[in-house]
Amino acid sequence: MLIKRSEPGSSANILPSEITPESVYFNRRQLLQAAMAAGLIGSSWSTTASAESQVVDLQYTRNETFSLDDPPNDYLDITTYNNFYEFGIDKDAPVRNSGRFNPSPWTVTVAGEAEVTGEFALEDILKGHALEERVYRLRCVEAWSMVIPWVGIPLGAVLKRFKPTSKAKYVAFKTVYRPSEMPGQRFPVLKWPYVEGLRIDEAMHPLTLLAVGVYGKTLPNQNGAPLRLVVPWKYGFKGIKSIVEIRFTEKQPPTSWNLSAPHEYGFYANVNPKVDHPRWSQARERRIGSGLFSAKVPTLMFNGYEKEVADLYRGMDLAKFY
Amino acid sequence: MNDATVAERRPLAAKRTEVVRRYVKPALFIACLLPFLHMLLGAFEIAGFRLGTNPVEKLQDTFGQWGLRLLVVTLAITPLRDWFKAAWLIHLRRMLGLFAFFYVSLHFLTWLFLDQGVYWPAIVEDIAKRPFITIGFLAWLTLIPLAVTSTNAMMRRLGRRWKTLHRLVYVITLLGVWHYWWQVKADIREPALYLGITLVLLGWRAWKLRRRSP
Repeated sequence: MLIKRSEPGSSANILPSEITPESVYFNRRQLLQAAMAAGLIGSSWSTTASAESQVVDLQYTRNETFSLDDPPNDYLDITTYNNFYEFGIDKDAPVRNSGRFNPSPWTVTVAGEAEVTGEFALEDILKGHALEERVYRLRCVEAWSMVIPWVGIPLGAVLKRFKPTSKAKYVAFKTVYRPSEMPGQRFPVLKWPYVEGLRIDEAMHPLTLLAVGVYGKTLPNQNGAPLRLVVPWKYGFKGIKSIVEIRFTEKQPPTSWNLSAPHEYGFYANVNPKVDHPRWSQARERRIGSGLFSAKVPTLMFNGYEKEVADLYRGMDLAKFY
Repeated sequence: MNDATVAERRPLAAKRTEVVRRYVKPALFIACLLPFLHMLLGAFEIAGFRLGTNPVEKLQDTFGQWGLRLLVVTLAITPLRDWFKAAWLIHLRRMLGLFAFFYVSLHFLTWLFLDQGVYWPAIVEDIAKRPFITIGFLAWLTLIPLAVTSTNAMMRRLGRRWKTLHRLVYVITLLGVWHYWWQVKADIREPALYLGITLVLLGWRAWKLRRRSP
């Protein structure tokens, strides 16, 4: 068991092997050294001074089974055009306003219906898992899409180590709340902190990825550093960023966009060309990078992952559970 | 007022009109054209201009925003003239109104050709089924007769009815703000600002009308 438990005075069901002498918080340099020692980062790592945040190269293997053949979008497009309302509502606000965000050290609280709970340093959550690259489609609820080479680990493999109990029917996630570093949080556009959730079978699905990188490098701040969710068959807003809490729950957890506009954004938010957003069609999408004069392309059921995930929703009315 | 001041004023007013005609209007024309030129250079990536990651969205948003801004500025001319006793401002109103129509039309055409790719099933469905698009489309349609009747000849021909017809711009601006409000996802600050300004400009007219009528 590689999970370190750092919560003081925690309950008695921890194995002695889980206990490490003291809680160690890493600064950036130590984090890099630790990650290098753990084999996560190649020896030839270099710090890339991107516009706003520092990223480092990761060591990973490509998962061909779960990767599209489509050419990925440019790194520049992926890192300068996205929604991360914590840094502002414009598409270029995340890259412009995330320079002051500091994603290290990082701890994640694991709580709720599981045998192993507590606060864990990021590197302890990642330890023992091999990083995979997966080229996924990302379909935004606003009807644009990209192809993104993420680097991460299957969420299910991580969750299993916390030994969820039979009561764990859902998994809830929470984004960090730091208005001093995240200017978008100073105005209640959404109810902060951002929260998201998955049904446990969705969370355990092999496609569901806990991403730590993109294009072979650690996530830049604007894309959800240091840890984010990627659920390729759901609309992008389900991919919660900068995660600080994972909670196993018995009841369906609240989710931010559903709280903001319940008739427009459901808990499931599966990509579905036949169920329109009340204000716009979801039948087609604009592929980012296709230029000024190319037509929109048809949106695929479950964003093209129908074969893999349709079983999860057998018998459900997807117009009702949107 | 004695004869001397009247005599002094007349050439002053004429001179001011001349300045507006020769300098202010051409300068305003160029200023109003700048956002369009910016987008044009960006579309063809001339002189380092770019439209960014989602060029269609960039064009649509920029044209729509300038259309709405110029509608609001056009509405502001009469109140500003009264508040600052600047009669010459009225000479700028037609150009501002026509530029508003120009940008709203570009916004519509960008949607039609670049966003929808002239894919009629989606266009018809959007106009019929999406209230925010219906409203925007309606606002653009209503602007057409105003643009067509903006000439001096049409003003003379329509006489008193011209003013009544052109009061439609009050409704059009409100439709434009509503169209904007309805398409934002969560942050209503900017459409709320447009609504606030529009309500002040329309409210001032209503208040003036009430003071005059009894």
